[in-house]
Amino acid sequence: MELKEIIFFILATATVLSGWLVVSLKNIIHSAFALLITFFGVGGLFVYLSADFLAATQILIYVGGVMILVLFAIMLSEKVYNVSIFHASKILPGLLVLGGVQVVLLRVMIESPWRIRAGADSVMRPTTEILGGLLLNEYLLPFEVISVLLLAALIGAVVLIRKEVKRRREGACL
Amino acid sequence: MTITLEHYILLGSLLFFVGMAGFLIRRNVFLMFMCIELMMNGVNICFVSFSHYYHNLSGQVFVLFVMTVAAAEAAVGLAIILTLYRNRETLNADEFRLMKH
Repeated sequence: MELKEIIFFILATATVLSGWLVVSLKNIIHSAFALLITFFGVGGLFVYLSADFLAATQILIYVGGVMILVLFAIMLSEKVYNVSIFHASKILPGLLVLGGVQVVLLRVMIESPWRIRAGADSVMRPTTEILGGLLLNEYLLPFEVISVLLLAALIGAVVLIRKEVKRRREGACL
Repeated sequence: MTITLEHYILLGSLLFFVGMAGFLIRRNVFLMFMCIELMMNGVNICFVSFSHYYHNLSGQVFVLFVMTVAAAEAAVGLAIILTLYRNRETLNADEFRLMKH
């Protein structure tokens, strides 16, 4: 095995293991930090797949944005350690659904013929320019729609939190 | 031994599977939220690996869209969770049954 493959397997194992830790750890803060490791691992795998722009975006958006938001939200709710645990009565149906999904996924994965085009496989080329061209030509409409979605999410989040503040202030006046 | 497309698909589906297990079994709202992020990351790995092995960058554009939707979802979802927590003082998803009569 070459060094490249060894690093890939280390990255893959770290990603899946920390993903499993997110699900299995009892303390939710620990799960959040395990999720952080998963995001970094996925970013490393993007580098392996010669997606340099996406790797940077993964670190910026997930680690720098989503993860900070999640940690803030967890720490704003007081009962951090009083997390509820497993869904005792629904473990069996849950496992059945999981097994079914995994069987379907594995069968599709094994049976479908992946027609991989041979060619420049391991060549790293910068993708930012091509991605920008695609976003502004072929995918212009989704690009614009998603900007509207982001605006809606921004306003929605503010409205959701704001209502509570107003009500509390009225209660204080009374 | 070289790293093939199947390795990446297996990895992505494993991440998706773990996230789904957490979503179905755990009952903490925050944890369910984080599991959704795990599932999205699994799908993203599959998208990028297809884009790499088929030499078509459209997959990476889709990953960008998924990331944007995930960020929007994080903002709105966490706002909803915090509002629910202030009103009900709990994080257990089974106790949120306002819509049930």
